[in-house]
Amino acid sequence: MNPRRKKRLLVIVAIVFGLGSAIGLTLYALQENINLFYTPSELIEGKGPNKEKPVIGQKLRIGGMVVPGSVERNEDSLQVSFKLIDTGPLVTIRYKGILPDLFREGQGIVAQGVLVEKNVVNAFEVLAKHDEEYMPAEVAEAVKGIKHEKPKYNLDSGS
Amino acid sequence: MWKWLHPYAKAERAYQLCNTLLPYFTVVCVATMIIGWIWGLAYAPADYQQKDSYRIIFIHVPSAILSMGAYSSMAIAAIVALVWQIRNAELAVIAIAPVGACITAIALITGAAWGKPMWGAWWVWDARLTSELILLFLYLGVLSLYHAFEDKKAAGRAASILAIVGVINLPIIHYSVEWWNTLHQGATITKLDTKAIDPSMFWPLMVNIVAFAAFVGVVTLIRLKNEILQREKHRPWVRQLLTQE
Repeated sequence: MNPRRKKRLLVIVAIVFGLGSAIGLTLYALQENINLFYTPSELIEGKGPNKEKPVIGQKLRIGGMVVPGSVERNEDSLQVSFKLIDTGPLVTIRYKGILPDLFREGQGIVAQGVLVEKNVVNAFEVLAKHDEEYMPAEVAEAVKGIKHEKPKYNLDSGS
Repeated sequence: MWKWLHPYAKAERAYQLCNTLLPYFTVVCVATMIIGWIWGLAYAPADYQQKDSYRIIFIHVPSAILSMGAYSSMAIAAIVALVWQIRNAELAVIAIAPVGACITAIALITGAAWGKPMWGAWWVWDARLTSELILLFLYLGVLSLYHAFEDKKAAGRAASILAIVGVINLPIIHYSVEWWNTLHQGATITKLDTKAIDPSMFWPLMVNIVAFAAFVGVVTLIRLKNEILQREKHRPWVRQLLTQE
């Protein structure tokens, strides 16, 4: 490679490297803010190295798995409440509205709302989070040993 | 080592190369697209949770992969254009940019159409979706920067620099689902060891990825031919070509 080309290549590499590290450092600094949501344990125990906890009244997103058996529906309205879990503590979500197709017990969801108590969120939006697994129903039955159908909510449990 | 590439720096040879490659790409594109779409959209089994809605992956995933693939090829062409100052490479950058922009838009639109019924939202500002949107803006930026200059030599250089700088976005898109909590699901295809996707869905998806890659190739070649002709329109070989027809 002749020296002129070499110089141009070096300049390009330097630009990309410099800009790359600048963006990398920015993203690293913003790391906590880019996350779309808190997990239930982050909500209860605090997040990041400083264990920062959200304050009551704060608007936030929370993501976790719907605890099986925790979905309670009001018979007369669209009011629904359920519990979210990741590894430890439970967080209760209250929501009024239509839940997305993929919402089911044992499924990951992300809810946006206002923290009203230490572990209760009044959500105004519930989004279902899909996992990266795709398989036909028969395979899912064979692998996971469960028959997948939309859950019937326990309307008559009277809770 | 790279001596065999040197003749293609000449516009005429590059034009001829486009002409020889075009039929192969077209055949592969048409064949795989027919097979892939019929196989994927009609014969592949429905997903256990999403039922038929998951079939959007046969369009969404190939276009998302190709949006990044097209960008990397554009960046490679831009490096060649800047370092070796080969004008054909500059033309290649401009030939790829609108194709990549379209395919990025397809990925974003199909993703939104799937997101509404599945997630419950058309759009969420999570890291994956936002970085893909930035990719679309990068494509549009390269295009508009090129057309903003009167002097095409300066235009090509400016567009190439932006194309190279934008490469930083590619690893961010790819790893966004690992580095941050996102609503978008993690990588499926690159998770080879765990069989995240059933073979009956994986193979039609692969065929569709090949189809989209060939499609991007076809459109890029046609556009590159046009760019070369337009840039060389006063040269004798172009005149000769045009009077022949």
